[in-house]
Amino acid sequence: MLRKLHIKDHGNETRLFKRRAIVAISIIIILMLGIVARLVYLQIYSHQHFSTLSQKNRLKISPLPPTRGLIYDRNGILLAKNIPSFSLELIPEQVKDIDETLKRLGQLISISDSDRKYFKRLVKQKRRFQSIPIRYRLSEEEVARFSVNRHLHKGVSIQARLIRYYPYGKIGVHTIGYVGRIDARELQRIDQANYSATTHIGKLGIERSYENDLHGQVGYQQEEVNAQNRTLRIIDTMPPIAGKNLYLNIDMKLQAYADKVLGDYRGSIVAMDPRNGALLALVSKPNYDPNLFVTGISTKNYAALRDSPDKPLFNRSILGQYPPGSTVKPFIGLAGLDAGIANNSLFCPGWFELEGDERRYRDWKKHGHGETDLDKAIVQSCDVYFYELAKRLRITQMYKFMTLFGFGQKTGIDIIGERSGLFPSREWKRRNKGQVWFPGETLITGIGQGFTLTTPLQLASTTATLSMNGLHFKPSIVQSMQGHENTEPVQRQTIRYKSVLLKDPQNWQKIKRSMLRVLHSPRGTARGSGQGAIYKIAGKTGTAQVFGIAQDAEYNEEEIGLRLRDHSLFVAFAPFDKPTIAIAVIAENGGSGGHVAAPIARKVLDAYIIGKEL
Amino acid sequence: MILDNYTAANRRRYSLAESLHLDAPLIIALLLTAALGLVILYSASNQNEAIIIRQLTRLTVAFGVMILIAQISPRQLRFWTPWLFAVGIFLLIAVLAFGEGKGAQRWLDFGLLRFQPSEIIKITLPMVLAWFLADAALPPKPSKVIICIILIIVPTLLIAKQPDLGTSLVIASSGIFVMLLSGIRWKYIFSAMLAAIATAPLLWYFMHDYQRQRVLTFLNPEQDLLGSGWHIVQSKIAIGSGGLYGKGWLNGTQSHLEFLPERSTDFIFAVYGEEFGLMGILVLLTLYLFIIARSLYISTQAQDTFGRLVGGSIAITFFFNIFVNIGMVTGLLPVVGLPLPLISYGGTSMVTLMISFGILMSVHTHRKLLSQ
Repeated sequence: MLRKLHIKDHGNETRLFKRRAIVAISIIIILMLGIVARLVYLQIYSHQHFSTLSQKNRLKISPLPPTRGLIYDRNGILLAKNIPSFSLELIPEQVKDIDETLKRLGQLISISDSDRKYFKRLVKQKRRFQSIPIRYRLSEEEVARFSVNRHLHKGVSIQARLIRYYPYGKIGVHTIGYVGRIDARELQRIDQANYSATTHIGKLGIERSYENDLHGQVGYQQEEVNAQNRTLRIIDTMPPIAGKNLYLNIDMKLQAYADKVLGDYRGSIVAMDPRNGALLALVSKPNYDPNLFVTGISTKNYAALRDSPDKPLFNRSILGQYPPGSTVKPFIGLAGLDAGIANNSLFCPGWFELEGDERRYRDWKKHGHGETDLDKAIVQSCDVYFYELAKRLRITQMYKFMTLFGFGQKTGIDIIGERSGLFPSREWKRRNKGQVWFPGETLITGIGQGFTLTTPLQLASTTATLSMNGLHFKPSIVQSMQGHENTEPVQRQTIRYKSVLLKDPQNWQKIKRSMLRVLHSPRGTARGSGQGAIYKIAGKTGTAQVFGIAQDAEYNEEEIGLRLRDHSLFVAFAPFDKPTIAIAVIAENGGSGGHVAAPIARKVLDAYIIGKEL
Repeated sequence: MILDNYTAANRRRYSLAESLHLDAPLIIALLLTAALGLVILYSASNQNEAIIIRQLTRLTVAFGVMILIAQISPRQLRFWTPWLFAVGIFLLIAVLAFGEGKGAQRWLDFGLLRFQPSEIIKITLPMVLAWFLADAALPPKPSKVIICIILIIVPTLLIAKQPDLGTSLVIASSGIFVMLLSGIRWKYIFSAMLAAIATAPLLWYFMHDYQRQRVLTFLNPEQDLLGSGWHIVQSKIAIGSGGLYGKGWLNGTQSHLEFLPERSTDFIFAVYGEEFGLMGILVLLTLYLFIIARSLYISTQAQDTFGRLVGGSIAITFFFNIFVNIGMVTGLLPVVGLPLPLISYGGTSMVTLMISFGILMSVHTHRKLLSQ
């Protein structure tokens, strides 16, 4: 009744409210227990898991780059060093629009397209929070310009890094090599952890071949960071281990001098110590400045180097394969002496014929050398004598003997990429040309033409072996390695190959004396280069044909294009009695060996032995 | 029980609390919680004393306002209720037209005074509903229920449009709590709940992109680790790594190394959980539960329907705030920007909260005067 009249029943309403309040507090308690259950799950059950995550959050491991080992020459002259340089770097994580930022930075500091391209690639490779270089070697003005505007570029900073510098620039570039930014292919090959703080890697020469020694071991720094990845505190540091310092056998003064005396010729000079295989100089010309490559060479500059017909990037000393020409004659002569068939003389009419073959094999001297023995054949470089000798030795015996010296084989030099040259055999021809050996090929092999190819390094190495009466050393560039700044450098072991043994050791002296007369007799082909020497030089000239000359055709240097001219070759060792240096000089398209290569070699020998000009 | 002890103590006529129209157990629990809040804030703000002083000032103001409100009798409060509510609605419309605030329009700037009109609604909506329902016998008739629903929906939509999802959610629920306490039959309540679930997809359609993103993030926080998922993931790491006893005051790595976003405001519970562990949280939850239980008890003791409904709604809304905030911080609920009552750094909501407790005190302490 009361309800119908809408009169309030206070007792009833109070009871109704109390019931609802009890329901409410019950639900509240249940929900609170739900919260507690959730907290028990998070704080007790999953505590370990979240503790780990919290630690990981807090700690960051930053790699510290090791300092790259230095490279010195044999006298302690610094050839590759690390200089501090300012680089512009960016942390992708802290930058909203990278393209926009690069564009704005481009107004302050010049950023080339290749810088940009390289940077973009690094962004993909590296972690988001790592600092990535955009440009190296900022000028002081650029540093100042950026510093003023620094607040406008969040996530961009200027870092001092060590970059590689080659104080001698072009000189010895092919041997020392250079470092460059790590590319995608190298990234596959390297130990990513050890290179995590490294931006550069050896690309060529010693820098590449001794990368593992020069690089060192990465260090780590454990840092406490905040959510912006800013380092607040360094917790633990494991310092990096610097790379080893290398001392080369190269004598930089000699190298520079040899570089100078080769002049504008394309070619190579290799000088080595025959007593241990230490390479004193390895010149390859033309050359180029390695410092261009360190911070990224511009596309234009690189294209110019790559497309130049002079091939400056090509390391002629170990990659250039040239016909050795007459420089093989002492070796062939030695083979003849060892076989006991080189003791007679013959008459040289200026040409040679095989029985049953109409072709005439010409001597370089049109009207011949007349009555010629081995000594004369070497001193005056008579071809006909060696045609006859080669014919009698036959290719198989020549191949066997020449291989003992290292012809057609890699010398084992300690820089990567050496070519082996070629000394042909029947077997080789069958396999590679699918043809049988022709007798005529034996003849021209006897004067270092035909299939035979040698690298300048091989010529120097074989000459050294000959000068040491068969003692054969592995050529080496690195002399010693120094682990730490204050420790004594550790000498690398000299490696001796199997010696060349002759049936009669007297024959060494016989051949070497003929080589001596090449320079020190009135008819020697390099007599001009022997004049006035206060020590005795033994050597052999060579003139290698670049292209075949048709039978009976007149040979005129002037009419032949410069690039088709003969290569000028010369090998030598000195002093005659106790050789301390063996040398090979090749001047591409230089013409006669006696006129071009020999005088160059003489200058280098003088410089090394007398110390003149250095 | 403490509640009973107090009833006995209350018979003494001239206690200080009583002469100030305050409920001693409630105010002690509120002060303890606020003090704990300052301790946490000191750590969460990286020991920033300026922030502590500012928060302390706010607390003082808020408690002062509470005491002032407690002096007003429920009868007067009831009289002013419809007018205050009308002003609140008017200001809400004004804020949509002229308001300012980053991202969302929530603030009205009167030169010296800058405040959110939604705070007025927070207090006055339950009051206006109670005022409206108190006239007639309870449970309310369906026609009254419909009018109540309209009274709830209008401010809720106005605030949701600002957009302030968290506040509109709190306001809608505070109204709904009044309805539930008014004794609406359970069958209506359950059918309404079913209807709400059915219309949930519709709600999705009206949401802003960032609100949708929050829901999506809630469903799968790991998907967007550096975006909005970061909050939840980092907060869970903070709480979980706290363990049973916590890392100790000022030693939370998550919060001090700035991994935890909003650590002084909405996510302050995570700082607490990290530094004080489960044990510390249980202490806080006990304090909260005491405040809620005491408030509900006060409501049941009220002498009229208005006082009962307003008081009950205040108690449950207080819990609702706590539950939504902790639920969000622990990853149980989506991220909605609701502060943790009495603990989070912030002014307006603190004052609003204490006004509501002032009303509770008023309801409680004026009843004897009424009966005399």
